[in-house]
Amino acid sequence: MQVSLDINGASVALDLDARTTLLDALRNHAGLTGSKKGCDHGQCGACTVMVNGRRINSCLTLAVMHEDDEITTVEGLAEGNTLSPLQRAFISHDGFQCGYCTPGQLCSATAMLDEAAKGWPSNVTADLENATPLTDEEISERMSGNICRCSCYPGIVEAIREAADAPAQKTGAEA
Amino acid sequence: MSVGKALPHDSGPLHVSGQARYVDDIPAPAGALHLAFGLSHVARGRITKMDLDAVRAAPGVVMVLTAADLPRPVDVAPGAHDEPLLSDKAVHFIGQPLFLVVAESHLEARKAARLGRVEIAEEPPILTIEQALEADSRFEDGPRVWTKGDASGAIMGAPHRLQGRIEMGGQEHFYLEGQAALASPQEDGGMHVASSTQHPTEIQHKVADALGLPMAAVRVETRRLGGGFGGKESQGNALAVSCAIAAHLTGRSCRMRYDRDDDMIVTGKRHDFRIDWEVGFDGEGRIEGLDVTQYARCGWSQDLSLAVADRAMLHADNAYLLPSARITSHRLKTNMQSATAFRGFGGPQGVLGIEAALDRIARHLGLDPVEVRRRNYYAPMTEGEQGHPHLEVAPGETWQEAPEDSDLASRGSGEDLPREPVAPATRNATPYGMEVTDFVLHGMTDRLLETSDYAARRAEITEWNAGSPVLKRGIAFSPVKFGISFTLTHLNQAGALVHVYQDGSIHLNHGGTEMGQGLFRKVSQVAAEVFGVDPARVRITATDTQKVPNTSATAASSGSDLNGMAAKAACEAIRGRMAEALASLHQCEARAVRFAEDHVEVGGDRISFARAAQIAYEARVSLSATGFYKVPDLSWDRIKGQGRPFFYFAHGAAVTEVAIDTLTGENRILRCDILHDAGRSLNPALDIGQIEGGYVQGAGWLTTEELVWDERGALKTHAPSTYKIPACSDRPRDFRVALWDQPNPAASIYRSKAVGEPPFMLGISAFLALSDACAACGPAEPALDAPATPERVLAAVRRARG
Repeated sequence: MQVSLDINGASVALDLDARTTLLDALRNHAGLTGSKKGCDHGQCGACTVMVNGRRINSCLTLAVMHEDDEITTVEGLAEGNTLSPLQRAFISHDGFQCGYCTPGQLCSATAMLDEAAKGWPSNVTADLENATPLTDEEISERMSGNICRCSCYPGIVEAIREAADAPAQKTGAEA
Repeated sequence: MSVGKALPHDSGPLHVSGQARYVDDIPAPAGALHLAFGLSHVARGRITKMDLDAVRAAPGVVMVLTAADLPRPVDVAPGAHDEPLLSDKAVHFIGQPLFLVVAESHLEARKAARLGRVEIAEEPPILTIEQALEADSRFEDGPRVWTKGDASGAIMGAPHRLQGRIEMGGQEHFYLEGQAALASPQEDGGMHVASSTQHPTEIQHKVADALGLPMAAVRVETRRLGGGFGGKESQGNALAVSCAIAAHLTGRSCRMRYDRDDDMIVTGKRHDFRIDWEVGFDGEGRIEGLDVTQYARCGWSQDLSLAVADRAMLHADNAYLLPSARITSHRLKTNMQSATAFRGFGGPQGVLGIEAALDRIARHLGLDPVEVRRRNYYAPMTEGEQGHPHLEVAPGETWQEAPEDSDLASRGSGEDLPREPVAPATRNATPYGMEVTDFVLHGMTDRLLETSDYAARRAEITEWNAGSPVLKRGIAFSPVKFGISFTLTHLNQAGALVHVYQDGSIHLNHGGTEMGQGLFRKVSQVAAEVFGVDPARVRITATDTQKVPNTSATAASSGSDLNGMAAKAACEAIRGRMAEALASLHQCEARAVRFAEDHVEVGGDRISFARAAQIAYEARVSLSATGFYKVPDLSWDRIKGQGRPFFYFAHGAAVTEVAIDTLTGENRILRCDILHDAGRSLNPALDIGQIEGGYVQGAGWLTTEELVWDERGALKTHAPSTYKIPACSDRPRDFRVALWDQPNPAASIYRSKAVGEPPFMLGISAFLALSDACAACGPAEPALDAPATPERVLAAVRRARG
């Protein structure tokens, strides 16, 4: 069936079987291979993208369910050639080795920082009434759905911390 | 200087923007087909009937192949010729490929593969160690046994004796990018293969063999892997060969990737081991004799198991001088996935055996386990010692003709070309007769105990435990001494190809593969160092069997050592020619030409590197060179267990603190301090990443990662939903990693040391700390087995309470 998706700000018309996952639609039909297939059942996080700003495992949702949604993939995180502060921090803190989980880590962390800024609690948040600081423990818990077999977790947490602490107006290097 | 700088990974900007291409991201050529295997649902038996009509009739199916349909017998084993691509009627494990489906889409191929009706006359599978021993189901004619002195006599005569057993599970690689390949037929019958492999030459060899082509007609390219960890040394053969055969038969490009569950069901994993040990020691904990028996479940085919089991034997001593030792190794053939290479390659299993024994000795004598370890260390490298004496390779080497079809480039080919072993060393020798001359763990231990505040923390934990009935903490130190080199000696070679273009840009190619370890960055730093240029000038390119032939797997931690040296040789050849040309123009000595800071200084002039390249080109100088390197001073007889299999040793030490809940067995790593010997690091940032990652992966192996097969031999843990690798919150809360940063006494690339595998074994300290916490629960021996899941921790707590 015909589906029109808004991906990274561009409208993309696709002809899909109704059972096509969003991940397969992105990778196999929209030519956006940045989102990765790690386990294909929502356990590894490599396929994480943002839908209307919220992170989602794109392997667990059907493309046809997202006709009017804004979908952001790793390819859409930079503004033009300017990497986001989080992308830059992943480079400077070696937040990857093989890089296969990185697109999912970045989409997940981008949305996670927004969740934290809005005061959403996590499983380790002690105080549900008042804003809790984004400690390393909070970051680790909130990122536990994105696994990294190279175990670059120290670099990933440092990168997220730097982006969380960075002033928003900081401008960046060219991609 | 670019060597020694903490430069980021070369693909960083590509990774963070989603532009980095893995095999399955390469746009499919028009009309590309997709492949899937039909798998066995029985662990052992013979196929009596294969009805594939429904498979052939399924939507999108182009072709279905069984072993009988293949143009020629096709084997995908690395060396032993015991892995038919598709079953030849005999069935050896649940997950064995029986037939191959070629379809228009990945999903259609997979769906069709489920429609096969295969009848198999079942036989009782051999699954356990006991069953394998009972049936004498093993590789090689019997156990391998290496001895040093009279271990039995020493144990009998020692003041104290202990014996024990430790079981340790296997480990799924869980490379996040599953196995994948893409083959495209070329004109004139050639084949191009993109493969997610650590060993492009192996893929080339197996594809050529399957198609009846010379190796020169097959080109294999590998830009990067989404993780390898040893799981892509031989396990990619089946996919690449299948794609090549289907591409050859259909004339269309063919691609294949395993779904995650299939990947875990089909491919081999780390070998699980049982180790029985008996040790004799004195009242101070000094070992007088050790008798170790290792049982490895190797699965259905030999794969790399002989070399893995050898390395487990080679690390049965870890860091300790054994006056006498007997090491016995059983390589058992079982009806399971064929266990394969995994970071450490048997080393971790061997090390865990003796570390468990040392803890028992310490507890038995009431001594601090670190002190017991120190007393048993090899003698330190003496002051001013410049590494090992350069042993001459024995004269009169005898070479045997290798069989024509042998898989020389694989660690699975088992037998090395025989050569005379060097005379066994005596003084500070390993059980296999290699003199240890570069041992630095005394100094490293001193420093780590100090920086980790070990003594005070141990005392504080003991006191804390006394007042804490439910939660218990534990702390442990463990060292590693890891031998660096392929034990199949002839694999210790590498090649590189370097071009300097007339605009001064540099093209770098070598035989190593990039799987996240930062190899390409490190080798580019070497090239930049030689030419005195900014590393950005060096263009890193995909591993390609057409550029550098006859490569060894990027394995055994050898990537930077081997390929760095080969690239250095190539760059130096070109730099030498450039210097000659410039010197002759300036009428000065070539050795006075200086390459630094992106410039070349010659005869008082300072010109840019680009200008220098242009001048050399105009002077008709070749700006392209190959480089070659072979590791010196190796000589090894694996049957006798004698010789010098390693160029040098890399060292590391860790102190880990954990807490356990004695009601549930749940546990946490609270803190980890590591001091690791990467020699004079080529890139401290990348090396620290390897150390952190290796430790966490090693701790994962021994804690949460549990493989479970049922009584039929079916793997029940075949996805991340049931197989738990460490997540972000599982890393140590407090993680402090430092480099020892002393130059390698051996003449390695810029005196650095290999760093891929050794830190994996530091994860053993987490296991020993859990064991320590269990031991704090009572007077008896906890006898913790691995992986230390909450269930096993709970059982160990109960045992400790007596």
